[in-house]
Amino acid sequence: MSAALLEARGLGRDFGGLRAVNAVEFDVHAGQIKALIGPNGAGKSTTLGMVAGAIVPSRGGVRFEGRPLPAGRPHAVAARGIARTFQLVQLFGDMTVLETVLVGCDRAGRAGWAACALRMPAMRREETRLHARAQEILALVGLEARAALPAEALPYGEQRLLEVARALATAPRLLLLDEPGAGLDAGERTRLAGLVRTVRAHGTTVLLVDHHVAFVMDLADDVLVLCHGEKLAEGTPDVVRRDPAVVAAYLGEDAL
Amino acid sequence: MDAQRRWRLLGAVGLVVAAVSYAVPSSYVLGILVFVALNGLAALGLSLVMGFAGQVSLGQAAFFAIGAYASGLFSTGLGWNPWLGVVAAVAAGAVAAVAIGLPVFRLSGLLLAMATLGFGVIVYYVLNNWAAVTGGPSGLTGIPPLSVGGIAIDTDARALVLVGFVLLLALGLAGNLVDSRVGRALRAIHGSEAAAASAGIDVMRLKLAVFAAAGGLTALAGALYAHYVRFINPSPFGIGYSIELVVMVVLGGVSSLPGAVLGAAAVVLLVEALRALVPALGASHGAAEYEIVLFGLVLMAFMIFLPGGLAGGRRRAA
Amino acid sequence: MGPAELGQYLASGVVVGGIYSLIGLGFVIVFGVTRIVNFAQGEFVALGALVLATLSARGVGLPLAFTGAVAAGVAAGMLLERVAVRPLRAMPSLAILIVTIGASIALRGGALLVWGTDPFAVPAFWAGPPLVLGGAVIVRQGLWVLGAAACVFALLWAFFTRTYAGAAFRACAANARGARLCGMRVDRMRLAAFALAGGLGAVAGAVIAPITYATYDMGLMLGLKGFVAAVIGGLVSPAGAIAGGVALGVVEALAAGLVSSAYKDAVAFVVLIALCLAQAAGWVPWRVAEEG
Repeated sequence: MSAALLEARGLGRDFGGLRAVNAVEFDVHAGQIKALIGPNGAGKSTTLGMVAGAIVPSRGGVRFEGRPLPAGRPHAVAARGIARTFQLVQLFGDMTVLETVLVGCDRAGRAGWAACALRMPAMRREETRLHARAQEILALVGLEARAALPAEALPYGEQRLLEVARALATAPRLLLLDEPGAGLDAGERTRLAGLVRTVRAHGTTVLLVDHHVAFVMDLADDVLVLCHGEKLAEGTPDVVRRDPAVVAAYLGEDAL
Repeated sequence: MDAQRRWRLLGAVGLVVAAVSYAVPSSYVLGILVFVALNGLAALGLSLVMGFAGQVSLGQAAFFAIGAYASGLFSTGLGWNPWLGVVAAVAAGAVAAVAIGLPVFRLSGLLLAMATLGFGVIVYYVLNNWAAVTGGPSGLTGIPPLSVGGIAIDTDARALVLVGFVLLLALGLAGNLVDSRVGRALRAIHGSEAAAASAGIDVMRLKLAVFAAAGGLTALAGALYAHYVRFINPSPFGIGYSIELVVMVVLGGVSSLPGAVLGAAAVVLLVEALRALVPALGASHGAAEYEIVLFGLVLMAFMIFLPGGLAGGRRRAA
Repeated sequence: MGPAELGQYLASGVVVGGIYSLIGLGFVIVFGVTRIVNFAQGEFVALGALVLATLSARGVGLPLAFTGAVAAGVAAGMLLERVAVRPLRAMPSLAILIVTIGASIALRGGALLVWGTDPFAVPAFWAGPPLVLGGAVIVRQGLWVLGAAACVFALLWAFFTRTYAGAAFRACAANARGARLCGMRVDRMRLAAFALAGGLGAVAGAVIAPITYATYDMGLMLGLKGFVAAVIGGLVSPAGAIAGGVALGVVEALAAGLVSSAYKDAVAFVVLIALCLAQAAGWVPWRVAEEG
């Protein structure tokens, strides 16, 4: 078996006296869709935040492609090839849909301040390339018709897709999705699931956190269950579904 | 607005400025316009910091002073060509901005504002007291004018053309910048720092770069000022001017680049109008006193009722 | 430099430091409850001094004049809160900072219109030649400064620790949203905070006026130095502001005596920047407060 793409070891985070996450360990393998589930307050988003570099772990660390990830520096984590979406959609003010995705594409751009201020030919060529790529990504998520609209004008479900598009634009090897299904109706969730599978088919590994159990069980190859900040179970959806501790803590029989 | 339209518009304005400078005989009016342009350039720098980096700098006057003194000293004391002095002034402004920004930009907005205030006060004190270098309260005299192609820029008309040209060029370049990936990154930071960072944008570095650019721009305005008035002393460069610059940016609209120029025009014209009106009203106090109160009230009113400023709320380059 | 000189610097430093502490407390109280830096704090100081000067000149007895000055400060604080701060309570604190900057300018201009540029002399509270204590010469008013400061600190301490209202203030300072959820009237507390800050500033102005004269623009520098004192204490600690004020006063006096009196006013800002550098480098054990 190849080494895991992402390895979390001894991960812990305290907030004052509260141990939000404690001694959590897991692997994510390349090409997987891995899900992090658990009841409210389980520490899922905190764990994801530590992987994304937004939250500094109190203990432990994360390795990506064999090297430790910088803690507390989200842009450095992004530079390593990890992109993320947010629990509450974070838009860029009055930017259009296309511009929002462009920000993600811009990571591949090279033009500096001088080239941009003077609109040098190389910069203009690069702009054209970046615009084209942004359009492609929008087509991938199905928002190409919305390109010129202000991002804030989109319905909530499409804003979530836009966030995914922005993350994909950075050409990540690992995509972190923080509650991507929250606030979506069934049709939108299906669309999202299809998108996640397409993303995986294109070679990007996915780690997602979500509440909606059926959505996750249907989509994920591997599931990690957290409860009160600690690992409760890990394995394929079938294994986890049948784990008595998991059933007791989180899943009622009706949810299965 | 796309780049072509913007440059055409700026070019048209430039022609108007040139026409005005040759058609208008009144040195007083031309002088006011030069001051509008100089303040517009200085405020443009601050507008970048406030509108894009989202920070308040309460010490921007320090960069104006650094620019003025740097260029003044290089061209008088060292006898350099004034244009070299201007280049040195811009560099000095940018370096000073990085020097104060590096340690301070990681702090919360409030502390950063107060630290920049402190920086401004300290620069003011150094200028006033380091007499051996800066001439102390009497300042520097005999600063040579700039010259372009052998023509000395020593009249108000020529100064207006030069400063106007520099201002319009700065607006154009800044506008180009805003429409590029640099500008997108800045707008992203303004929208959501967390999301910008997750998209690979080094937020701190970019904010610092904006601060450095602002320092350089304001220093440029200071240098042009020094070669225009030909003698400088520290007294116009205290906290009062820093606050005036903030007023200009707020008036014009924090997120709008041409707004900075609008705000500068509004403030300069307001001050002149007061100077003309107050004696006519037969008031027992001089214009300066009313000016202060009015400034304060205007600033408050704008923040409460018109936070988008005169240019409105939309964040556009030009 | 002999011990006598050192003692002199310390003595005058502590007296000035008492003023900075009083002003700094005004910042701490407002920031604690509202997370706003009230740039106009210094103007309350000027107002207190000027009102005292005017009332004294009109022949009003000292106790009444002092009360009048403090009342003016309290009124100004409340007016500022109602007019400028309350309408903006939902805006980011940098926007409110700019409004308080505008308010400070307007207040200063107003003082200029009413009182003009001339400095006003105010009779000392306790007439007589300066006292000599252990080799240090202290103007009698200096004792009044220390005395007033000590009284104020004691009253505030009693208020914050012994009264329900004071506990509410402390709760609000620790967690504004939590306080609101517990049913505390944050609006009223904000008004009270500004009123208290206005009063504190006016007290500072009134006790220092006999030493420094009352001028329309005395508030700016004093306000800024008071802010530095508050920052030394992390902007949320009253005890820190008191210690910070005294420390700042002493450092200033020593710098003026040992280095150069010309740079005296710059000392406070050097301290401020040094603190910022220290915090950025992680050297200070306490955090200068972030926005709430």
